[in-house]
Amino acid sequence: MTDVDSLAQGIQHQQKRAIARGLSWIERDQQLGKDLVRTLFPLAGHAHVIGITGAPGVGKSTLVNRLALALRSQGQRIGILAVDPSSPFSGGAILGDRIRMQDSVMDEGVFMRSLATRGHLGGLSRATFGAVTLLDAAGFDSVLIETVGAGQSEVEVMQLAHSTVVVQAPGLGDDIQAIKAGILEIGQIFVVNKADHEGADHTVRAIRGMLTLGLEHLDWFPPILKTVAERDEGTDAVIRALQDHRAYLQESGQWARMRADQTTHIIELAVRDWAEEALRAARSDANWDKWHEDVLTGRRDAAHVATEVVRRRLAWD
Amino acid sequence: MIRVLVAKPGLDGHDRGAKVIARALRDGGMEVVYTGLHQTPEQIVDAALQEDVDVLALSILSGAHPTLVPRIMELVKQNHMDDMLVLLGGIIPDDDVEPMLQTGVARVFGPGTDTKDIVDYIREHVRDHD
Repeated sequence: MTDVDSLAQGIQHQQKRAIARGLSWIERDQQLGKDLVRTLFPLAGHAHVIGITGAPGVGKSTLVNRLALALRSQGQRIGILAVDPSSPFSGGAILGDRIRMQDSVMDEGVFMRSLATRGHLGGLSRATFGAVTLLDAAGFDSVLIETVGAGQSEVEVMQLAHSTVVVQAPGLGDDIQAIKAGILEIGQIFVVNKADHEGADHTVRAIRGMLTLGLEHLDWFPPILKTVAERDEGTDAVIRALQDHRAYLQESGQWARMRADQTTHIIELAVRDWAEEALRAARSDANWDKWHEDVLTGRRDAAHVATEVVRRRLAWD
Repeated sequence: MIRVLVAKPGLDGHDRGAKVIARALRDGGMEVVYTGLHQTPEQIVDAALQEDVDVLALSILSGAHPTLVPRIMELVKQNHMDDMLVLLGGIIPDDDVEPMLQTGVARVFGPGTDTKDIVDYIREHVRDHD
């Protein structure tokens, strides 16, 4: 049995250490991690993948903690991925989301992993797709993804999550902020957290005003819910909205369509990996300098050389 | 990429030192998981397991290290995490250093340690996977 197979088996048996190791392989973006994701992919597709996004300081981690506990009380097993930014200067990161998730991460049915963006823009890390696949294959019923504190362009989470919850808080900006394109267009559920603060109703109205501008034609109209995550107020309504949205996705066929899109994605990834590997092999090939010379002098064009690179790689495989 | 868990076991409420270390390690290019105050040995080892860190850096100022550290090291062994480097910092009297090392702690850093020495120590003793 290969390393990948035995780790995949440990992951299916929900061994914490195997899950943690697998996530590290995927984060390192090396061959073992890629092989692992491909091995696990057919086992995934069952978990409800939930994205939690919003500006820094609106209470995303606290809300994730509450949602995880509420889903646990229904008997679900929960995987959490929390993404924080890497420093553009040192490449290091401080991953502090566990601080606000103390209650849920203590639970045996919750597995939580902190991911750094490692230079990737868009609100997630490059490893997030693989990490979600792994947790899904490990049998977690719901996977919660907390994005970095997002502005208006960190919308990548909507490609990975079945249901995206956009969290806002009162007093963070005027109506213009709410109308801006981007983050507000990706939410299927809106949460106004810290609803005990002044201006919460105003924020709800601002979001509703924006949503009614263009989404009347949709058959899912995003609910706007008020929570005080710190005191666990409003959590149940968010859970109900998530369940409604899941049912809507399944009935409308979108759930299956997303799985099909992911299948396309993983094939694309595999093709790209293969091509990169072929290129790497070509560059260390004894003929590389000659090909270089051919293209430079116009004896052969680059596409012709590319064909030869691919042909050689195929013969090698 | 080297991953480090900076943890504060026990009841003391001071994490300024731990935060200074966390920042220095980040500036040294490491990913630092920080879990906050008042962590039990079980919480700390479970977090280290899930986060698959290369280094566990403990900060203890309360004097409770003779009970907390052996318990943490026992859990580390139970979970077969022997490849993880464990460091201890805070207020550890000289006479206690040797017993702490006996439990499996790799190195004790006292007050006034230059954070650069800690970064260098970790770089020398942990294989970077990337």
